Amino acid sequence: MIEKNEHTLYSKKEIGQIQLLFPVILMVTLFSLIPLLRGIYLGFTDYRLGDPISFNGIENYIQLFNDEYFWKSFKIGMAWTFIVTALQVSLGLGLALLLNTKIRFASFYTILILIPWATPPIIRGILWRQMYEPNTGAVNILLSNVGIISTPINWLSSFEYVIPAVIVAGVWGEISKAAIFLLAGLQTIPNDLYEASKIDGAGIWDQFRLITLPVLKPVLAAIVSLTFMWNFNTFGIIWVLTQGGPGGMTRLPMLAAYEEGFRYGYIGYAAAIGNIMVIILSVMLFMYIRVQLRERNES
Amino acid sequence: MKNMSVLSRSVIHGLIILYIVFLLFPLLWVVASSLKSTQEIYSGSPTIFPQQLSFDHYRSVINGQQIFRSMWNSVIVGTISTVLVVLLAVPSAYAMVRYKSMVNNAILGWILVSQIFPVILVMIPLYVMLRYIGLTDSLIGLTLIYVVWSLPFVLWMMHGYVKSIPLELEEAAVIDGASRTQVIFNVLMPLLLPAIGASALFAFISAWNEFFFALVLMKSPALATLQVELARYTGMEGQARTGPLAAASVIATIPSIILFVFMRKWFTTGLVSGALKG
Repeated sequence: MIEKNEHTLYSKKEIGQIQLLFPVILMVTLFSLIPLLRGIYLGFTDYRLGDPISFNGIENYIQLFNDEYFWKSFKIGMAWTFIVTALQVSLGLGLALLLNTKIRFASFYTILILIPWATPPIIRGILWRQMYEPNTGAVNILLSNVGIISTPINWLSSFEYVIPAVIVAGVWGEISKAAIFLLAGLQTIPNDLYEASKIDGAGIWDQFRLITLPVLKPVLAAIVSLTFMWNFNTFGIIWVLTQGGPGGMTRLPMLAAYEEGFRYGYIGYAAAIGNIMVIILSVMLFMYIRVQLRERNES
Repeated sequence: MKNMSVLSRSVIHGLIILYIVFLLFPLLWVVASSLKSTQEIYSGSPTIFPQQLSFDHYRSVINGQQIFRSMWNSVIVGTISTVLVVLLAVPSAYAMVRYKSMVNNAILGWILVSQIFPVILVMIPLYVMLRYIGLTDSLIGLTLIYVVWSLPFVLWMMHGYVKSIPLELEEAAVIDGASRTQVIFNVLMPLLLPAIGASALFAFISAWNEFFFALVLMKSPALATLQVELARYTGMEGQARTGPLAAASVIATIPSIILFVFMRKWFTTGLVSGALKG
């Protein structure tokens, strides 16, 4: 028996830790780890709800490869993810830099800016649906008052306009998030650096390129990868705006997987789409991290 | 930067205000719609501000039992899952920081990996499993999922906060004769309270805003959460009436906005310091 007169607090190492961690380990194993592994496995079966499960190897993937709908959804998903991530991060960075100039009202502005981020995805969808409403929505009213359009545009059901329309709505909600995180990163940069560089005669652009960007890089990299993953998995806002329509124009991969699995009951097929999504995300993240590391080593 | 010229300062204010107009306009528009009469909304050339204030839409939302019941469901699921997450995360984060072992790396690794997997891949087997034990279409099943869902991030946050508490504080208490339990409750807990508050807010908001799991799991209308109920009005049920939907959206957004304003500081520090450390 070990008595308490030991020197360090934590001598009864492993046993005490396992006791404290046991509930979490149990929950995680039961409701996250096992389901995840099982989900991966189901992607190699032809499981439909209620039927027995039978392994079918890579048949799902062959079928996916020839599935025009899937390719379309996959392409839209990629375009959506790249465009929305790029816009969110660059607009967010712009906003963060503006707020970091320490002008008056900066904290008041920050609170106002939080509001779209605080808005739940479903409500974001509802807000923009009402904005795009052909007859009563603000977008058409504003555009026709300025004289840009003469007849109302049905934004969300037109093949021509639906993609820009959902992109604006998607970017809108997450600029704040990027800006707030980047602002927190900017605030870790000591002011002396800027003061010193000013004495050396550096302009604003030089300061941004030589001080701000290098210091901000880890935070920027974290934001880019997180935003990328979140955007690739977007579901709620599109569900409310278009349900994937018109004609599958906005059917992102998550919507495709949801429909296959929970509307038509092709559970195995939907899990296969999930597996492909994991692989794509992992590859993208891996490449991104590699580029980051290489740049860090070179500099 | 004090030595900025008046011109550059006004340019900065102007640009920020442009951002704010874009970021707030949709919400403002919907708040305005919620306060207009139905006639005014459909009048053909509505103005931004209501010509005549009308609270009819709010009245119809509050009297309509559906939305109110779904809001209640969201509150219940959100509160219970938040309490459970905090009860799980605090002792675990403590154990992870104070005892160094392989288990820690495994858990931290899982936290990162779990972020990559799309929810659909977890949802499919969970759905099959919950169906098997009869917990689909049940608030208990949904609560369980929310606990597991917000656990990684909360654990991550708590891990960072516990780490920032110096071990010397605890050792000093032990030398003074405090037991392990007393150390946890009298020394650690008071220091961790703000972090616990922030994590709790995060967990509650995650549950309150969540849509996908609830959409898949909750089939009976009586058990729908607020987000599912609101999405239903825009979907199959035909074009929803603009006014009441606007009012319901405003009501549904208020709690998150309040909580966000409070938790903003806590939320960012974790991510930034995590990224800076490597």
